[in-house]
Amino acid sequence: MLEQYGFVVIFFLLTAVFAVAPVVLAWILSPKKSSSRKRETYESGLRTFGKTWIEFKPQYYLYALAYVVFGVESVLLLPWAIAYVFLPFYAVVEATLFLLLLGFGLVYVWKKGWLHWM
Amino acid sequence: MPIYLRYALNSLILLATPFVSVLILIWVARKVIARMQDRLGPNNSGTWAGPYALFQTLADAIKILTKELIIPEGADLWVFLAAPAVVLGSALLVWLVIPFGPTLQGMDPDIGIFYVVVITPFALFAMIMAGWSSRNKYAALGTFRAVAQIISYEIPQFLSLLIPIMLTGSLSLQHLVLAQQLPFALVLPIPALIYFLAMTAEVGRLPFEQAEADAEIVAGYFTEYSGMMFGSFYLAEFINNFSVSLIFATLFLGGWRGPWVMEVPLLGPVWLLLKGFLVFLVLMLFWGAMPRLRIDQILNINWKFLTPLALVMLIVVAWVNRLAFDQGATTLVARAPWLFAANLVVGLVTIGLLKLSSQRAQRRRDAQSFELLRE
Repeated sequence: MLEQYGFVVIFFLLTAVFAVAPVVLAWILSPKKSSSRKRETYESGLRTFGKTWIEFKPQYYLYALAYVVFGVESVLLLPWAIAYVFLPFYAVVEATLFLLLLGFGLVYVWKKGWLHWM
Repeated sequence: MPIYLRYALNSLILLATPFVSVLILIWVARKVIARMQDRLGPNNSGTWAGPYALFQTLADAIKILTKELIIPEGADLWVFLAAPAVVLGSALLVWLVIPFGPTLQGMDPDIGIFYVVVITPFALFAMIMAGWSSRNKYAALGTFRAVAQIISYEIPQFLSLLIPIMLTGSLSLQHLVLAQQLPFALVLPIPALIYFLAMTAEVGRLPFEQAEADAEIVAGYFTEYSGMMFGSFYLAEFINNFSVSLIFATLFLGGWRGPWVMEVPLLGPVWLLLKGFLVFLVLMLFWGAMPRLRIDQILNINWKFLTPLALVMLIVVAWVNRLAFDQGATTLVARAPWLFAANLVVGLVTIGLLKLSSQRAQRRRDAQSFELLRE
C-alpha cells in the first residue's frame, strides 16, 4: 500500500513539471522586447485610471458565506452516504431531519433577501 | 525494471493522454461550432494542416510557444506567473483516478471521487490568483463572477453526487462503476441532469459563461495573459472539459462498462472514451447554441432551483431506495423501476411548480405594464 503512494508522489512531481513546462518553454523560445507601451494595462486603449484593488460590493461575499454553511453541512453528509447501505432505517429518518434543517437554512437565506441580486 | 521507473513511465503516459486528446478535441470543438454557424471551420486550403486540417491545433500550439510573454506593469509578479501553472496542474491531477478499465487506472484510492471533488476547485484558486494579481478591472470583475458562480454550483453538484455514492456505499470510482448494473443516468435521471448542469457551470461552458464573457469583459480573469501563459489557461479549460465529461460518464453512464467488456478488457477505455466524448460533444453543442445568462439568473437557477431540487432528490431517493430494499428488491435492477418512478413524480411536480411560478411572474409583469400605461 505504501508503495502505491510512491506512485502518487511521482505523479504529483511530474504533474508539476508538466504544468510549468509550457510557460518555461515559451520563455526560452519567445522574443523578449518589452516596452512600457506593451506593459500597459489592457483595458480600453486609454491609460487606466483609478484604483483597481478596491473594496467591491458585498453581494458576491454573501453567496460565499451561504456556500460555507452548505459546504460544511454537505461534507457532514458524506460519511452518512457511504454508510447508508449498512445503516438501520432510523438513520434514514435522522438524515431526512438533517436535510430538512439544511433546507430550512436555505429558506431562511432566501426570505432574508440574500439571494436577491441588487 | 525498477518499480520507480515503471511508476514514472505510467505517470508520463497518464499525463501525455490529456495533452494529446486535447489537441484533437480543440479541433473537434472548432469544427462543431463552425458547422453550427454554417462555416467550414479549420480546413486545409493549400496549407500543411493535413487532411481536414487535423494538425491545425498542433501548428497553433507551436506558434503560440514563440509569442512574447508580456507581464503588465501593475501585476503582482509571482502570483501572476504561478496562476497558469496552478490551473494546468489542477486539470492534470484529476487524471490520476479516472478509471479507464477494470485494471487500467492510475490509482484507485478509497476516496476516489472525493479526491476529484477536492482537486477540481484548485482551478478556482488559479482564477482568483490570475484575476486579482493582474491589476486589471475586467480581470477583477471576471474573478468576482467566477467565484460566485463556481462555489455556488459546487453545492448541487456535491448533493447530486451523494446519490450514486449512497447506492454504491463507497467512494472508490472503480466500485462506483461496478455498482452500475444499469447506468445511473437511467435509474436517476434528475440527479444526473442536476450534476450535468452544475458541471457545465463548473467548467464555465456557455449558458454559464460569466467568468470569461468575452463580449462584456474582454476575457475575464485571463485578460492580461499573453503567449503561452494564455495558452496554459486555454489548454487547462479543454482538459477540464474533457475530464469532467469522463467523470460524468464514470458516475452516471456506466464508465468502462459496455458490451463484451468482460471478454475483451481492452474495450474498457474505448467505451469510456466514447461516452466521455459524447458528453463533451453535448458541451460543445451548448457552446454553439446557447445564449449567455446574466450572473443573477445563473445564481438564481442555482440557489432557487437546483439546490432545493437536489435536497428533495436526496431525501426521496433515500426513502424510496430503503423501502424498495425492505420489500425484497435487493439488486439495483430490481429497485430501478421504483427509483425511476420516484424520479418521474418529482420531475412532474417540479415542472408543475415551475409553470405556476412562471404564470405568477407573468401576471406580475402584466400588472406592472398596466400601471405604467395608466400613468
